[in-house]
Amino acid sequence: MTLTLSHYLILAAVLFSISIAGIVINRKNIIILLMSIELMLLSVNLNFLAFSHYLNDLAGQVFVFFILTVAAAEAAIGLAILVVLFRNRGSINVEDIKELKW
Amino acid sequence: MTAEFVQPDLMPALPEMVMLAMTCLVLVVDLFLPQEKRGFTLLLSVLTLALAIGAVALVAPASAVSSFGGSFVLDQLAVVLKIAVCAITIMVFVYSRDYLADHDIYKGEYYVLGLFATLGMMVMISAHSFLLVYLGLELLSLSLYAMIAFNRNSLRSSESAMKYFVLGAMASGLLLYGISIFYGITGTLDLTQLSASVKGQMAEHPVALGFALTFIVVGLCFKLGAVPFHMWMPDIYQGAPTSVALFIGTAPKIAGFAMAIRLLVDGLGDLQVDWSQMLTALAIASMALGNVIAIAQTNFKRMLAYSTISHVGFILLGILSTSANGYASAMFYTITYAITASVAFGVLLVLNRKGFEAEEISDLSGLNDGNPWYAALLAIAMFSMAGVPPTVGFYAKLSVLQAVIQVDMVWLAIVAVLFSVIGLFYYLRIIKVMYFDKPMAEQTTTIKEALDVKILLSANSLSLILLGVFPSILMAYCILAFS
Repeated sequence: MTLTLSHYLILAAVLFSISIAGIVINRKNIIILLMSIELMLLSVNLNFLAFSHYLNDLAGQVFVFFILTVAAAEAAIGLAILVVLFRNRGSINVEDIKELKW
Repeated sequence: MTAEFVQPDLMPALPEMVMLAMTCLVLVVDLFLPQEKRGFTLLLSVLTLALAIGAVALVAPASAVSSFGGSFVLDQLAVVLKIAVCAITIMVFVYSRDYLADHDIYKGEYYVLGLFATLGMMVMISAHSFLLVYLGLELLSLSLYAMIAFNRNSLRSSESAMKYFVLGAMASGLLLYGISIFYGITGTLDLTQLSASVKGQMAEHPVALGFALTFIVVGLCFKLGAVPFHMWMPDIYQGAPTSVALFIGTAPKIAGFAMAIRLLVDGLGDLQVDWSQMLTALAIASMALGNVIAIAQTNFKRMLAYSTISHVGFILLGILSTSANGYASAMFYTITYAITASVAFGVLLVLNRKGFEAEEISDLSGLNDGNPWYAALLAIAMFSMAGVPPTVGFYAKLSVLQAVIQVDMVWLAIVAVLFSVIGLFYYLRIIKVMYFDKPMAEQTTTIKEALDVKILLSANSLSLILLGVFPSILMAYCILAFS
């Protein structure tokens, strides 16, 4: 059996779904949310790489570099906000984030 | 696979380059300023934006020019929207000054982040490839996340920043997933080539195109704040410092509109049957939910968030009518909405002072007794949001509805009018509270406001009437952008 494009796409789709589920279902820890976000971006990267190889076009791989860079900046800002939140709230439990509603 | 490197024409990107250079300058200069000279940072930031407006006017082309291999485009749409974004950001900076000083967050970072966000918006407006759209969007979003968390001792502020961060990152992820599928189908990231390629692929991959389009529309509507992707807006408006809420509620809406036009109309124009159906459902849901839930709000900032959601519904109405007229009226609506919202938040900022955070609707009671001028300015903004003539909100709603009726969607226009009538209730309640309720102790004291803020805020508010009476001042440019 050889790996075809659709194998990569299915893998990426599964990872993407796991990350969405991780964000939506998760009721425990904000760090898990941040991990899910990273996983989401990585699954998109996998998509781009698979297509890029399949189409023999470099633009997709260039896009991946930009996504990786932005993901790094995003993780930095996300963790910084998390630290600020922890200082103010004393907890990183998702259930404790309930100051603002309706 | 080797490609010849062609030196791109840098002139169309002159405004962005000016912004970037000046923003870095502001960043460095601010480091050497003592706290009491912080006003110089503001001055420099306003100068930056003024220079950017000048640069846009300088390079404004007669017909659309593209550069950087077609990924950057400067056309009439880009010129008008960039000037609008920069002008609104100037107002945001000036209004925010006293609020920031009163809340001990008068720091240079506010202006630097604001300028980077503006740069991101300018890139989004001119973007003509998926890559540039994404980078502009992220530059804007990342700056906004940091700005919301800016008041770092406030629990609400950090909590809303966390919410916006998680949901915003998720929306970017959804958008990217859609982009990756489009890349796979068409093999290009450039919107012009995409448009040509989608036409050929429509018979072959209808399901995959629809699948990818759904992700793009979801990501886009999240950034605009259309129902059901609106959950972040009320929390962020309420939790963020009012000066940041003012920024988020105004200029990024214009950038979001530009992104919608670039992606849906320029890039995916051939799929318009599909996306206009999606937008119809989203527009009706936004107008219904926004207007009805706004009635139940006691917090003024939260009420403005729900009002924004309902206005996004109207902007979508213009886009989904898929006619040049509809796009032009949606553009007019977006720009005038941003101007109106800046008046509403501007007055709220003026009412804030040390130890008193004006954000409940009851904080406005009897505003007319102590400060009749500010009450009048806010009343004009409320009338404009409700769509009462002769304010500009009336003409904006009228032109959008006209565009919808022109494409034989009369039922949709009727639905829109019904929900605007419901919306009238909560705007008029603000006016009733200001003019007829007993004043609170805080409001009887007259506000001593800096002269520049007063002049700018007055001009801003009165321009709503001016544009309402002579809409063609702005409408002419909007029509030109889509002809």
